[in-house]
Amino acid sequence: MKAVTANRLTDGKVVYRTPDGVWSPDPAQAARLADADAQAALNAAQDDSLTIVGAYLIEVGEAEAFTPAGRKHVRETIRLSGPTTGSTRALPGGSHVPV
Amino acid sequence: MYQYDVIDRELVDARTKEFREQVSARLDGRLSEDEFKPLRLMNGVYLQLHAYMLRVAIPYGVLSADQLRLLARIARDYDKGYGHFTTRQNIQYNWPALVDIPDVLDLLAGVEMHAIQTSGNTIRNTTTDPFAGAAKDEIADPRPWCELIRQWSTFHPEFSWLPRKFKIAVTGSPADRAAIGVHDIGLKLIKDAHGATGFEVHVGGGQGRTPRIAAKIRDRLPAAELLAYLTAILRVYNLAGRRDNLYKARIKILVEAMGADAFAAEVEKTYEAIRGRALAVPAEEIERVSAFFAAPPEGRALEQFPADPAFARWRAVNVKPHKVAGRAIVVIPLKAYGQAPGDASAAQMELIADLAERFAMSEIRVTKEQNLVLPHTEEIALPAVFEALSGAGLATANAGRASDIVACPGLDYCNLANARSIPIAQQISLGLEAAGLDAAAGEVTVKISGCINACGHHHVAEIGLLGVDKKGEEVYQLTLGGVADGASAIGKILGPGLSADDAVTAVIACVGVFADAAEPGERFSETLDRIGPDPFKEAVYGA
Repeated sequence: MKAVTANRLTDGKVVYRTPDGVWSPDPAQAARLADADAQAALNAAQDDSLTIVGAYLIEVGEAEAFTPAGRKHVRETIRLSGPTTGSTRALPGGSHVPV
Repeated sequence: MYQYDVIDRELVDARTKEFREQVSARLDGRLSEDEFKPLRLMNGVYLQLHAYMLRVAIPYGVLSADQLRLLARIARDYDKGYGHFTTRQNIQYNWPALVDIPDVLDLLAGVEMHAIQTSGNTIRNTTTDPFAGAAKDEIADPRPWCELIRQWSTFHPEFSWLPRKFKIAVTGSPADRAAIGVHDIGLKLIKDAHGATGFEVHVGGGQGRTPRIAAKIRDRLPAAELLAYLTAILRVYNLAGRRDNLYKARIKILVEAMGADAFAAEVEKTYEAIRGRALAVPAEEIERVSAFFAAPPEGRALEQFPADPAFARWRAVNVKPHKVAGRAIVVIPLKAYGQAPGDASAAQMELIADLAERFAMSEIRVTKEQNLVLPHTEEIALPAVFEALSGAGLATANAGRASDIVACPGLDYCNLANARSIPIAQQISLGLEAAGLDAAAGEVTVKISGCINACGHHHVAEIGLLGVDKKGEEVYQLTLGGVADGASAIGKILGPGLSADDAVTAVIACVGVFADAAEPGERFSETLDRIGPDPFKEAVYGA
């Protein structure tokens, strides 16, 4: 199965195309597409150039939870869940104390 | 530090205003993404995996305290509270919104900074020795020359659409902390018997998918002729460099295809036609620019250093000798154990700015090792600096040691990456800490790239990792024996690719072999030369 993803124009956030043809940051809202329907959905997505940038198709698993699949699954999982590096905000010195 | 004149200010203000209008035109549809993309890239705005990324130029890695404070403010107000210092001595923000970037550029312009030419096929920010003007072994200060190159290359109409991006590095010290051998042009400052300054010129080095060490094409160029000679090199490259194949467009491919001697002959011919004319830098201009980079006055020496062993180790590893009495160079590794290499929180940046202002002539440097430096710290202040840095997680005594790992953003952020870099670095760092290997082993460079573009400089690491995609899985190639500084060398692959977990174990094992086998004072590459790769191969792959 496939889904259409892109980045939101105004802030670059990862978004997914829903069955209604709108864009949501929530992958649970993403339209799951049969391979035969995927290209048409992507073509339609390209018209949303005032909303998104760089729409493309990704492979997703058939399980209920939205799970990236296929060769790019690591990349798409990171896009879905965020960096796997921990948070630099947790670095010491959370508030500024002048010396 | 150099300070903008009217021309600099007008150029940056005009570009900032122009980009605000371009963003507005993209948002309301007057510009398509295809039209907008090259414009945003010219202003350092990339679209990465999760967000836009803004790369801000830090001219030859030199920052004032006020500039660093502003970078902290941008991190706090427009990003997620941190910034990422890069291997090209710049800073990147990973999360700015496109709609906010014009405001960010306005703020940057207010402290004489910008993001111009941090992307695109242009001459990028010139890099240099982070200890410039402070190093004890320095022959001449490279910063005035970097500044002249900055002024010459900014918006240079002939060189704004080169076949590919172009990087220049300058060293003023024989130790070459600028890695001139792996840059498109590497310049080494020299003095003749009469004390006149000149340059040794190297061309055609680089990393990426075709790593090459630069060829020396001139033993001595009179310093005042620098811009004419650079123009000649760029002119030959611009005309003869390949534009038909992205992967063969860098100058290193041209130099190799022509042969270094033939390339040099072509440059000399072009140079002869322009030398001694408009591009010759007048002595008074060299003097004027050099005056911005005056040496600091003598500082107050510290009569007795504290007995605290933690201070002693920090001083032994992170503090370097200064050429002026009573001053010291303090390296601040952004490499606390388990931390993302090169990341600094807004609070950390503000603390370092405060320390610079109070104790170190208000100046900070960024290194290609993704660390910060207080280049002119007064020696008497070292205990106070250590204490303040310790309280902010910035006093790990590992500058130049195994856990001082360089890592590109990798697949956690970068659109081009095939594999993750930062989490691998974090795991290696924690493993080294647990094994006590930083203290046990001597100096060694560990560098990780998440793709063949080699932003993590793995080719020139004594222990390098390159992440690749193998049928959807992250696999890492281990290389040994690369050298960035001085006599540059490209590392050699040790054996078959490794899983992420095995790559972490392998790097720690290599550091362990080094710790066991090194003779006193030996660095990794010297040990490797002496004992060969077999003990490392055995430790990683078994007998």
